[in-house]
Amino acid sequence: MALPWALRGLRNGVLTSRYPRRSDPYFDDFPATIEVRHDHHPAYRHAGPDSQAALDALCPTGALRSPDHAGAGVTVDRGACIGCGWCVAARPDTFSWRPGSDTARLTRRALIARHDLGSAREVAQVREELARRVRALRRSIHIRHVDTGSDGSDEWEVQALLNPVYDVHRLGIFFTASPRHADILLVTGIGAAGMRAPLHRTREAMPDPVVVIAVGTDAVSGGLFGRGYATSGGVSGLLDVDVWVPGSPASPFSILHGILLALDRVDS
Amino acid sequence: MTMPLPAGPIGSPLPVAQWEEMIVRRVEAGSRLAGLYGTDENGGCQLTALLVDEHQIEALRTIVEPDRDGVIRYRSLSNRVTAAFWYERALHDLSGVVPEGHPRLDPLLLDRAGTSPAPRPGAPLGLAEKAMPAVGERPGPVDVSGYGMFTLPLGPVRSGVFESIEFLIETPGEGIPHLNVRPHYKHRGIAKQFEGRTARDGVLIAERVEGISSVAHALAFCHAVEMIGGIDVPRDARLVRLVVAELERMANHLDVTMRLTDAAGLVVATSRFGWHKERVLRLMSGLCGSRFGRGVVTVGGLTREFSVDVLAFRAELTDLDRLIVADIRALEASASFLDRLRTTGPLPVNVARRHGALGPIGRASDVENDVRRHRRYDGYLDVAPVPDPRDLGFVPAGDALARSRVRWIELSTSVALIHQALEQLTTDAAAASQVDDLADRLGGDGFGIGSAESAQGEVIHAVEMVDGAIRRCFARSASLHNLVLFHDVFAGDIFTDLPFIEASFGMGYAGVAM
Repeated sequence: MALPWALRGLRNGVLTSRYPRRSDPYFDDFPATIEVRHDHHPAYRHAGPDSQAALDALCPTGALRSPDHAGAGVTVDRGACIGCGWCVAARPDTFSWRPGSDTARLTRRALIARHDLGSAREVAQVREELARRVRALRRSIHIRHVDTGSDGSDEWEVQALLNPVYDVHRLGIFFTASPRHADILLVTGIGAAGMRAPLHRTREAMPDPVVVIAVGTDAVSGGLFGRGYATSGGVSGLLDVDVWVPGSPASPFSILHGILLALDRVDS
Repeated sequence: MTMPLPAGPIGSPLPVAQWEEMIVRRVEAGSRLAGLYGTDENGGCQLTALLVDEHQIEALRTIVEPDRDGVIRYRSLSNRVTAAFWYERALHDLSGVVPEGHPRLDPLLLDRAGTSPAPRPGAPLGLAEKAMPAVGERPGPVDVSGYGMFTLPLGPVRSGVFESIEFLIETPGEGIPHLNVRPHYKHRGIAKQFEGRTARDGVLIAERVEGISSVAHALAFCHAVEMIGGIDVPRDARLVRLVVAELERMANHLDVTMRLTDAAGLVVATSRFGWHKERVLRLMSGLCGSRFGRGVVTVGGLTREFSVDVLAFRAELTDLDRLIVADIRALEASASFLDRLRTTGPLPVNVARRHGALGPIGRASDVENDVRRHRRYDGYLDVAPVPDPRDLGFVPAGDALARSRVRWIELSTSVALIHQALEQLTTDAAAASQVDDLADRLGGDGFGIGSAESAQGEVIHAVEMVDGAIRRCFARSASLHNLVLFHDVFAGDIFTDLPFIEASFGMGYAGVAM
């Protein structure tokens, strides 16, 4: 019965995205993050506790920060944002969805929208250092994934990279069962207490240099589960993270953006 | 203590002995135990057992006080009510209550290594705020001994992109005479995460209890809170709820099918079902911005106005359905694939019935517990009744093939239900139901139980609200209830059957480890 499947494999032509070589509408249009509009509501325009309290009432993870005295406006910490959309629904004059899956960043600070110049310099440095580390990998990248307490959706999105639409094999990216073959450690989940030791064992079993990618808001900051007896508030306290991919969960294109960013194959 | 405002299906606390007897008697009479959990009660513990008859869920409560040594004890139910087996272990992990005479009181959800205090759901916040020290890794139990027997731990880090869980496989090399499940590695402290939050924020936690069934959990939670507040959901909102719930079911069933074909090495089939699943997730994100239907459901209806381009949506769904049906037909003609599923991992009818097996696993073993049929909710009230697969010619053989066929039938059912719901939306392009901060205005105290049918089966949320905040929420995924049956399905099955049996269960392990 192999033949019917062989023909079926040809039936619908090529389904695969051309990203990153060409743009992909689903990549560009997906509402992956929140952004602050320039003309925000007067209640949030000034620095101070009132403004902060009003923002905290909008956001279940406290990802919104009131303007500072230096003149920067309201900021969104995309590393804490779970994309629930409550702020957009309550204050469409101040917040809006930002289309685009290019959400991965090279520093935790760069996830805070409207970052300053100092942070841009920091990113450039990190990028250079990372590029040196991954240069030898070229077009054969092996990824080991570890779940440290996700809600289960992150694994679906990571696994989706293997379906014919994303098909990361075309980019020389493979998932591996053995940490011995792995170049990239892809971590999902909040850093649950029970997964700390297995995570460290996996990291120890990998040959250096290793690139660590924190996938999803849970891994970046713990998200809604930032505090509690069983969480580490993300994985950055457990190992050195190189690339940060926010999202609850991060979409496959965002994860791919993060992997390619780690390999210095796209811009941040 | 707080009394419920509207007369919910809950009685006042019974004396412990009477509570035990009542549960045992009710289960003997045909009710099924669907949950057992503890709520801290000023140092004592209120035990709540959830019993389900065909059309209602009832909560039986008792309060147990600590003995002189500070330990709370009661007589274990597991020897008399087998479904209590895992719930009593969870109760011991989380509330520190000791069910005396329990056949195996090992850690299930949380390994406190014998020293850390229990997080005690329902107790004031603060007690459990402190991060737990890294848990010591104690080896699991060894149950079978004999010539050449050894234990192979599979996990918690699996080979491939999977959620963390450990299966302790006891084997002489090929067969699997026994297996233990240890889900505690990825315990996230879900129960305490609910506490102190408003109902509005509680929905967000509910969506993340078991992320692959976000919608079903959000619905079950909202049903509980809506019951407390006596809140009705507008018709269009009910229909949109049905649409996202059924899309979620389709994605899950396609995921299971993809994993089964992957296990069988049918590369083209794996690609095609992966593609179909991606299309379903994109239908979902086109509808609501989230590939998992998050941020759609809230207490009282929907979070915001939803515009559905009904024509385009239905055209895409129809095209997708055509491809799925054709590919399933091809699977049904692939002997090498069917051979791997037929008679693999059989769940005997009597075991399934005694345990009250849920979802496709139950239906494959002739136990039908579909919430959409028995306790109709939301849009299911407005469309034609969900059919029983047995009426569509399905034979409940109990093996992995039967579990898959239930899902394949349900894929078609889901498509039909979505079409019906969309036909009934009152306007062509929009389903509007703006519910202003209703959840925040819920100041009343009370207790409510809500349920919904996820792709894995019945989801239950039992919620207690005090002063507009959640005091306790017991979230019970179908995965938590069903996964214990994994012990019972290895009848002559061998190592290479494991991926098929695991995939055919289709569980979300986040919803097990809590």
